[in-house]
Amino acid sequence: MRDQVEGSHAIARAVVRCRPQVVCAYPISPQTHIVEALAAAVRTGELAPCEFVNVESEFAALSVAIGASAAGSRAYTATSSQGLLFMAEALYNAAGLGLPIVMTVANRALGAPINIWNDHSDSMSQRDSGWVQLYAASNQHAADLHLLAFRLAEELSVPVMVCVDGFVLTHAFEAVDLPDAARVDRFLPAFRPRQVLDPEHPVSIGAMVGPDAFTEVRYLAHTTALRATDRIPALAAELASVLGRPVPAPLHPYRLAGAETVVVALGSVLGTVQDTVDELRQGGRKVGALGLTAFRPFPAAALRQALTGATRVVVLERAFTPGVGGIVTADLRAALADLDVSARTVVAGLGGRAVTRDSLRRVLTAAHEDALAPLTFLDLRRDLVASAERGA
Amino acid sequence: MAYPDVRQTADRTAGNRLLPLRQRAVQADPDRPGTLASGHRACQGCGEALGARWVLDAAMRATGGRLVTVNATGCLEVFTTPYPETAWRVAWLHSLFGNAPAVASGVAAALRAQGRTDIRVVGQGGDGGTVDIGFGTLSGMFERDDDVLYVCYDNEAYMNTGVQRSGATPPAARTSTTPALGPAPGNPFGQGKDVPRIAMAHEVPYVATATVADPRDLERKVFRAMAFRGARYLHVLVPCPLGWGAAPHDTIHLARLAVQTGLFPLFEAEAGEVVAVTRLPGPKVPVAEYLRRQRRYAHLFAEPPRTDVIAAVQAIADRNIARYGLEVVPDA
Amino acid sequence: MFQVRIHGRGGQGVVTAAELLSVAAFLDGRHAQAFPSFGSERTGAPVEAYCRISPRPIRLREPVRRPDAVILQDPSLRKHLDVFAGLAPGGYVLINSQRDWRGLDLDAFADRLTPDRTVIVPATQLALVHTGRPLPNAALLGGFAALTGLISLSAVVVAIRRRFPDPVAEGNVAAARAAYRQVQASLSVGTGLAVDGRERAHA
Repeated sequence: MRDQVEGSHAIARAVVRCRPQVVCAYPISPQTHIVEALAAAVRTGELAPCEFVNVESEFAALSVAIGASAAGSRAYTATSSQGLLFMAEALYNAAGLGLPIVMTVANRALGAPINIWNDHSDSMSQRDSGWVQLYAASNQHAADLHLLAFRLAEELSVPVMVCVDGFVLTHAFEAVDLPDAARVDRFLPAFRPRQVLDPEHPVSIGAMVGPDAFTEVRYLAHTTALRATDRIPALAAELASVLGRPVPAPLHPYRLAGAETVVVALGSVLGTVQDTVDELRQGGRKVGALGLTAFRPFPAAALRQALTGATRVVVLERAFTPGVGGIVTADLRAALADLDVSARTVVAGLGGRAVTRDSLRRVLTAAHEDALAPLTFLDLRRDLVASAERGA
Repeated sequence: MAYPDVRQTADRTAGNRLLPLRQRAVQADPDRPGTLASGHRACQGCGEALGARWVLDAAMRATGGRLVTVNATGCLEVFTTPYPETAWRVAWLHSLFGNAPAVASGVAAALRAQGRTDIRVVGQGGDGGTVDIGFGTLSGMFERDDDVLYVCYDNEAYMNTGVQRSGATPPAARTSTTPALGPAPGNPFGQGKDVPRIAMAHEVPYVATATVADPRDLERKVFRAMAFRGARYLHVLVPCPLGWGAAPHDTIHLARLAVQTGLFPLFEAEAGEVVAVTRLPGPKVPVAEYLRRQRRYAHLFAEPPRTDVIAAVQAIADRNIARYGLEVVPDA
Repeated sequence: MFQVRIHGRGGQGVVTAAELLSVAAFLDGRHAQAFPSFGSERTGAPVEAYCRISPRPIRLREPVRRPDAVILQDPSLRKHLDVFAGLAPGGYVLINSQRDWRGLDLDAFADRLTPDRTVIVPATQLALVHTGRPLPNAALLGGFAALTGLISLSAVVVAIRRRFPDPVAEGNVAAARAAYRQVQASLSVGTGLAVDGRERAHA
């Protein structure tokens, strides 16, 4: 049923359709509306059987999800920014234990300085945790990706985070088609855990593994991630046929045919990028866009294939590594290693600064003319940094 | 399972052949669950291994084996699960250091959602994981009244990592981070947390203290705890020969002395009120008798002896005796 | 695509106004996108919210810098912010106030405002009369429908009823209808021109 709803609400409805048995979360802007909606759904019985646990911290939130998942229940939580970091230990724990928890990360900048607005520094900081990371370009995409996430997680026994731009998507009202229960149940069967805490068949989960076997256990995490690379497109296609609409994953290509310059971007900024691409194409510039829906595992082979014809790539980053530059750029360069494609990094929209068509048009035009520096901080206010740099 | 108040020959043994079978400890039963199997890697004389075996066997007996255990990082987890072996004969999950209560809450929530409230949950950890790093999640579990029995095996320091001070380390005790140096050697006075009383402040259904000196008392308290639903807390004193600097064969004796001095009061509380205490079996034992057997207090007995510190420790024991009413009732 | 920017202060329902506007447009069969500028959520602080309406799916997500319409829920803001920044020539302006053009000193902005597309409606007062609360957003939506013809009054009414429980909903509906009538009346009195409901494409 198609309706004009807030992004958070759409995500909550998608999660309700996925029938988690345990929902546990700690409030942090801008994730709050999602868990509030789920609390209401549990109270009214719309989501049942389900235990909604009001936890005392984000660390507790993921911990409760870990216990629930290990005990054989589908578990869900959501967080942002500082909360994601506060549960960082548990992130690695969940991935290492192969628990198919799904978590929404309402992307928000990491402090200091404290900032409640959108960028990708939070999820990017946990890119090595072993969690699958999917990035939504719109609220429809966000809702659909949660369905994909639960299915993928349980099939491979790996946790999945669905990254949704905080405020920009979570607090935006737009039309979303919310699938009915029958459709979702067709795509997402009941959870059958690979191993479970069961008094009838007791096992010890979480043993101490020494140097003699640790490498092998970790290697298996790597192969699981590689399997996810294969399964994501297949599951996305299956979901698309169930829903009757495209579910772009792992890639979200736009006007790549004949594109010399391609903008690679993650998340909601892709929409603005697409509008800018249309403008530039109208002006005769062969520009295209490639959204990455899957960032972890990094879809290297698919990316290579998509960018083989391009001359240059502009990677639009919503986070960066101080002293180094782009994060996505590094993975992209590795994937395109022996192709004759140059890459430029544009760090944009940090801490919620708007990424505007005007600014994108400028940098893309410059890039297209090979006049863009390797690393640009979009719309940097030089007046603000000048005095600090003078003093340095 | 009610134990009569017996005082008789061999009442210190688990078996006590003078009692009817049904009144003996679970440990006396050849068909006991054996939840913590032998072959684990604990030190000789480890109080925690002893306590965990007794607690889990009693819990398994109380629940007919329908039990799931969540274990914090620490000695117990490390010496029981060296991959590819495990000593546990119960569904068991190692959480992290600071979140065993929360993970246990999650297990309980899942079982509830699955309609399997017949399966009970025990969370367990050492004093470090309970009193310090796990304190926030413990309080959360208490506050929500989650249906978990949490057991703290208190050996009064971070033993797994080399005997560092914890919030449960008693005053004057030497640890690797509270060395016996300077004018106030060992752990400072005026610090530390009394988690049983903090648990009581949360008004959870049941709180109890116990030691490895009295298996029947410990088992009875586990059974009592399992008769309640909601958040329950059991604090068990488990001497650590290595960390306390004591002889491995003194583990049980030291636990008994801790009780008999009044330093470790035995009591039960329900909904925030003390409902039962175990009075001292005889005149209180001076704390020096307890302290002198542990090298972590050796600096108090050097030349010149720190009688002032010993007196301060005695004051703590005396306060406990007064607070909980532990005095022996003189014969009328 | 038609872009609307709404200015107000925290606590005045600015964000809700944008959301309801988008719902009304959706009900009228269009694509719509609404989102707030993400300032502090403290009461009294300046807040902006945006709404885009289009016959085609909307992909753009930057804040609205070149609005085709500005709704000013709290005119006191015009002294602190450039509330009309980027307003398209011939753009619509709807101001919540009991004062008139002179009383609001709108001559100072005359070079940017189009008189027959600038309407003032006492939305707060209408809200007080019909709901007992000084929240002008629903009333302003009724006024906006009349001013631009971009959304139908009936869609506004449905959007209000879906959002608020009774009896608040009916009070807001009454306020919206009252504002609609007032704006209609002031437009026809002012210029004799009927409101043009055609879609305005803005570069």
